[in-house]
Amino acid sequence: MMKNPFETGKPRKTRGGLPLAHHKNTAAAESVSLPVPEKVYIPMQMHIGAPCIPCVAVGDAVRVGDKIGDSDAPVSAPIHASVSGNVSGIYPMTLGGGAVSTVVEITTDGKMETADLTPPAVTDRGSFLRAVRESGLVGLGGAGFPTHIKLNVPEGKTVDTLLVNVAECESYLTGDHRTVLEDGWDVMSGVYAILRYLDIPRVLICVESNKPDAIETLRKIADSSADIGDRVRVLPLKASYPQGAEKILIKAATGREVPCGGLPADAGCIVMNVTGVAKLAVYLKTGMPLVSKRVTVDGDAVASPCNVIVPIGTPISELLAFVGLKEEPKKVLMGGPMMGIALATTGVPIVKNNNGILAFTEKGCALPPPSPCIRCGRCVGHCPMGLAPVTLAKATEREDADALASNDLLSCMECGTCAAVCPAHRPLVQSMRVGKGILREKSRKKG
Amino acid sequence: MRLTVSSSPHLHAATSTSRIMGDVLISLAPSVLAASYFFGLRAFLVVVFCTALCIGLEALSCLVMKRKNTVFDGSAAVTGVLLALTLPADIPLHYTIVGCVTAIVVVKQMFGGLGCNFVNPALTARIVMLVSFPAATVGNAPNLALPDGVTGATPLSGGEVASLLDLFLGRVGGAMGEGCKIAILLGLVYLLVRRVITPVIPLVMVGTVALFSLLVGENVGFQLLSGGLLFAAVFMATDYVTTPITLKGQALYALGCGLITVLIRLYANLPEGVSYAVVLMNIVTPLIDRAFRPRPYGTVKRKRRKKK
Repeated sequence: MMKNPFETGKPRKTRGGLPLAHHKNTAAAESVSLPVPEKVYIPMQMHIGAPCIPCVAVGDAVRVGDKIGDSDAPVSAPIHASVSGNVSGIYPMTLGGGAVSTVVEITTDGKMETADLTPPAVTDRGSFLRAVRESGLVGLGGAGFPTHIKLNVPEGKTVDTLLVNVAECESYLTGDHRTVLEDGWDVMSGVYAILRYLDIPRVLICVESNKPDAIETLRKIADSSADIGDRVRVLPLKASYPQGAEKILIKAATGREVPCGGLPADAGCIVMNVTGVAKLAVYLKTGMPLVSKRVTVDGDAVASPCNVIVPIGTPISELLAFVGLKEEPKKVLMGGPMMGIALATTGVPIVKNNNGILAFTEKGCALPPPSPCIRCGRCVGHCPMGLAPVTLAKATEREDADALASNDLLSCMECGTCAAVCPAHRPLVQSMRVGKGILREKSRKKG
Repeated sequence: MRLTVSSSPHLHAATSTSRIMGDVLISLAPSVLAASYFFGLRAFLVVVFCTALCIGLEALSCLVMKRKNTVFDGSAAVTGVLLALTLPADIPLHYTIVGCVTAIVVVKQMFGGLGCNFVNPALTARIVMLVSFPAATVGNAPNLALPDGVTGATPLSGGEVASLLDLFLGRVGGAMGEGCKIAILLGLVYLLVRRVITPVIPLVMVGTVALFSLLVGENVGFQLLSGGLLFAAVFMATDYVTTPITLKGQALYALGCGLITVLIRLYANLPEGVSYAVVLMNIVTPLIDRAFRPRPYGTVKRKRRKKK
């Protein structure tokens, strides 16, 4: 039996990936807080699962931390006011990703008064999971999966490792990095709360090696007397995209693979983003739910790139106005350059799982035109999931659902590595998405 | 504010098809220079003629077939140089027209253009020429580096056996590009450094020939250094379009190339078999690709999965 990375302190080999230009321009600067915006627009759907139903009415006064939306559905997460002021409208709005959601518009009074908050009473697993739900936490690194569902490991599955994700493998983004440097002790107390109530024996905090100061900070805390029983280790990872993708992280940190179509718990792991862990600790300590996010604002159109602590629901245009624009951007991304969504308008609000807003000029976002595939095989060699994007793209072109399924298209996580390395600049990720549409269509017709 | 909306990823490789083709052309430069040194200006003329003709035919084909003009990706130029280097310096120029038309019009453009040809255009053109004009394609150009001017085809066809040093330096007759091994190795190093190719195909192909020759008691050095083996292993068998996409598949493919080469050389009625070997393995490539798919993350090996 090979020793696992918890003992060796060295990650396991993962397949493919690519070294990205880091562009971590904002890693060294202290985060700044955004001045209170005039209005915020808080969507009722910022998570995977059922949308929340507003529990406030137009005209109601709200304070920071007041619950303004909730749902009875099992998979959902409550939503809280991020500013103090009055509810001035409840209506549908198109969000950054293109989905339409009900938003609660709050006109702020500028005082940022907090609600009467008390720390939750947590005594056992059940009350802990209820508290996690009430904190409004969702997966902050990516999809926005409600955290209380993730932590509620189904009966019959054993989780022996908690992985705290500080890989932050996307270019530009430094929010998680700054969280470690500025709120390191919150991370640690969050980790310990999870260990205590969920009975997980060990924790690996996974950091890409391009953040030596974060590794040092975390090691100092993990080596201190706070780490009872030496259950927390810091695991430096190779700086390689997409090291922070959940499945890849599990492979690197434990050597295990999540079975196709399975959950991390099937590989004995729970993966949590570091900011989520820190926010959980704050909620357990003060009762303040998730109402603000540290967002990296960068890109060649931005005058002074930095991390900004933003109330959820703030329009992106206000955030950009705050950091200043050198020139009019041609492309604004919600997220990193590899997986971020290009926005059609900057009027959309910041949501819970936003971690970066990048504004690029025409020069910064120019895409080379595609040319014919020369079958060089780079996409195959770099695919972290072991797929053959060239084969899948061709199957998509001829709308061959059987070939798409037998070549494991559904394993594709759209990380964009294949398209980024393609010398012919083929739109491979788009092909994967179209291919998934073909598969969906087919199963719909069958069923 | 008018914003561009596009699918992720928003970062793209700095490399491109034309840059890769440019790298291949640079890697071929030493061989072109060596050919000009050993066979005189006539060799250079053949290279320029073939290259220009291939580029012209590519442009014409695109025009007639109503495709986007693909001359500037450089692939036609690469085919032209490669074809010329597989020919002797004294090839009559009107014969090369047949070769260029075969390579660009028939093998490449008629099958869909860049990326769609199932066999190597330059090698297939050489085979067509070899069958159509055997004497002229084998050639009889004197090697100027030798005092009396060694004439004749590849040393593999028998006759006086050249020394290994002569074979290595290129003081032999035969096709223009295959003689000087120093130039070929320079090209190989450049391609490896620029990461255009991996060492898998050249190593396995040459290694197979060496191992097989050793096993049957042939002169290994002579087998490696004579004929077009090294040139084909570096420049022909590594052509992206007609080789498998996974490293394991490439290893099997290169093994096949080496094996067929040495079998033809030793047991068939032909002096040299490297062109046939590579083209035959090109044809098998789609099958290799199907057999050697990578294992997707989170799945068990394919065979076991089928049984389930």
